[in-house]
Amino acid sequence: MSAGAVPDPAAPLTPSGNLRRRQLVSRGAEIAATAAAVAAIAVLAIVIYTVVSRGAKAIDLDFIFTGYPTGVGPMLLGTIVIALVATLMAMPLGVLIALFLTEYAGSRAAAPLRLTLDLLNGLPSIILGLFVFALLVNHKKQSGFAGAVALAIIELPLIARGSQEVLLLVPAALREASDALGVARWRSVLTVVLPTALGGIVTATVLAVARAAGETAPLILATPTFDPKTFSVNPFEALPNVPVWIYKLSEEGNPEGFTEAWGLSLLLIAFILFASLGARALLARSKRKLSS
Amino acid sequence: MSTFASPAARAGGRGARVSPLRKRADRIGDRALFGICALAALTAAATIVLVGYQIVDGASPAISEFGFSFVYETTWQPNFGVFGAGSVLFGTAVTSAFALLLGGPIAIAIGLFLTLLAPSGLRGIIGPLVELLAAIPSVILGFWGLLVLAPFVQSKLEPFLHSTLGFIPIFGAQETTGLSVFTASLILTIMVIPIIASISRDLFQSVPPELQDGASALGATRWEVVRGVVLPTTASGVVAACLLGLGRALGEAIAVSQVIGAGSEIQASLFRSGDTLASRIALQFPGALTELHKASLFYLGVMLLVIGLASNLIAQWIGRRFSYGGAVAK
Repeated sequence: MSAGAVPDPAAPLTPSGNLRRRQLVSRGAEIAATAAAVAAIAVLAIVIYTVVSRGAKAIDLDFIFTGYPTGVGPMLLGTIVIALVATLMAMPLGVLIALFLTEYAGSRAAAPLRLTLDLLNGLPSIILGLFVFALLVNHKKQSGFAGAVALAIIELPLIARGSQEVLLLVPAALREASDALGVARWRSVLTVVLPTALGGIVTATVLAVARAAGETAPLILATPTFDPKTFSVNPFEALPNVPVWIYKLSEEGNPEGFTEAWGLSLLLIAFILFASLGARALLARSKRKLSS
Repeated sequence: MSTFASPAARAGGRGARVSPLRKRADRIGDRALFGICALAALTAAATIVLVGYQIVDGASPAISEFGFSFVYETTWQPNFGVFGAGSVLFGTAVTSAFALLLGGPIAIAIGLFLTLLAPSGLRGIIGPLVELLAAIPSVILGFWGLLVLAPFVQSKLEPFLHSTLGFIPIFGAQETTGLSVFTASLILTIMVIPIIASISRDLFQSVPPELQDGASALGATRWEVVRGVVLPTTASGVVAACLLGLGRALGEAIAVSQVIGAGSEIQASLFRSGDTLASRIALQFPGALTELHKASLFYLGVMLLVIGLASNLIAQWIGRRFSYGGAVAK
C-alpha cells in the first residue's frame, strides 16, 4: 500500500518491470476468484429472493390445508407420503450397507460396493423414472409407490455414505470394551455401535430426504396424472405431489397457476433449506462429539 | 491388564460360564447380521443391473426397428413412426459442453477462493451457501429460468451478444421467447458449479502447505503458487470433478425441458430452441402415443445411461488411478 504514492527509503524494493507485471497478474487472479464466488452467491440470492417474494403472496392457511383450486394440501400430503415410503425402504437398506462396509467387508468387497454406490448416486434421475415405469407402471397403473421406489434409489447411496462416515467415527475403545466383556459381534453392533452413531445416521437420512423431496423426473413418469382436489395417502394409487404439480403449472402458462407454483416452490425450498442446513449443523456437531 | 475380566463382570466366577444356549444364539446372531448386511449390499449391486436391464428391455422394440443408425439419424417424427436421436444428441453435447466450459473455470475459481483467499470466518459461510445452490430442486430452478432468466436473456443478453459477436454463427438469430439452448446451458451452468466447486475445494485443501510455502519462499506470487503448485498437484482430481459435473449436466431432464424450447432441428445458433436426451424423455414420455414412440424414448434412455455411466466410471478411475494423495511428494 505504502509503496506507490509516498516516496520512501525502500524505493529500490518497489516492484517494477517484470515483478510488477507478475503481481498485477496475481492481483487480477485474486479478483477474478472472488468475483466467481460473489457471482455464485448472487445467483443463489436472486433465486431465493424471487421464490420468497413471489411465493409469499400465495401462502395462507387455506393454501396449505385445502385442495385445488384454493390450495395445495393434497400435493403436500402426497409428497410427504411418497418421501416417507421411500425413506422406509432406503434407510434400513442404507444403514445395513454402511454396516457391511464398516464391520464386515474386506478391501476386496468394499471397493466394488463403494463403486456401486457412486454409480447409483450418479444415475440421472430420469433414468430411474424410466426404470420404475418399466418395472411397476407399464401395463399396470401409475402409483405413488413407483415414485417412492425411484426416490429410494436416489436416497440409498446418500444414506449409506453418510452412515458409513459416522460409523467409522465410533471410537474403537467402545468396541474393544464390548469385546473385552465377551459380547458377541452382533450384540455389540446392535447395542453399542449403532446407538452411538444413531444421531449421525438420522441426520444423513434427513439430508437424503431433502435431496429426494424435490426430485421431479422420476415422478412425472411414475405418477403424472392425479386428482388435485382430494387428499389421499394410499401409495398404491396415483398420488398428488408437489414437484409434478409445479412442473405442470409452469408448463400451462397461466398467471394464476404461476402464483400457485411460486407458493408451492417456496414451501418446498423452505423445507429443503431448513432440513439441509439443520442436518448439516447437527452432523457437524455429532461428528465433533464422536471424534473428540 | 489381566486377561480375566473383573469379578463383577463374571459374577459367580468359574461356575457362570457363557451358557451353550447363549453361545448358539450368538453364533446364529452373528451369521444373521452378516447375512442381512451382505444381502443389502447385494441389493444395491442388483439394483444397478436391474435398472440397466429394464431400460434396455424397454428399448428393445426400437433397437430392433432402427438398429444403431438411431443414434445418428436426425429425423424425429412420432406421427410417422420415424425416430432418430441425432438432434437430441447434438443438443446434449452443446448444452453440456457450454455448461462445463463456463461453469468449470468459475467453479475452480470458487474452490481456490475458498481455500486460499477467503478469511476463515467467511469460508464457513460461503462454502455451505455454494453447496446450497445444489440443493435447489431442478423443477424450481427451471421454473425460475422460465419466468425470470429467459425474459432477461431474451431482452438483454441475447441481443447484446448477437449485436457484438453476431458474426460468429453460434450467436446467430434469436428465438422470440427466450427459450433456447443458450438459456438451458446457463441453467446447467448454475447446476454444475456447486458440484465442481465443492470437490475442487476439498482437493485444494489437501495440497500440503509446505509445497505452497516453498514456492512462496522462492518468490512466487499467489497466482504463481496456484499455477505452479496447487493446480498441477490436483489436476487429475479436478478433471474427475469436471466429469462428475458433466454427468449432472447430461442427465438433467426437468429444468432443461422447461427452458430449452423443445426444438427438433440441429441449428448452429445457441439462441434457437433445441432438446437434449433427458429433456426429450421428460417432455414426450407422459404423452407418448405408440409403443414404438415409448421404446424410442427408452432408447434415448439407453444412450443417456451409457454416456452417464461412462463419464462417472472415468471420473472414478481418474480419481483412484491418479489420486492426488499419490501425486504429492511424501
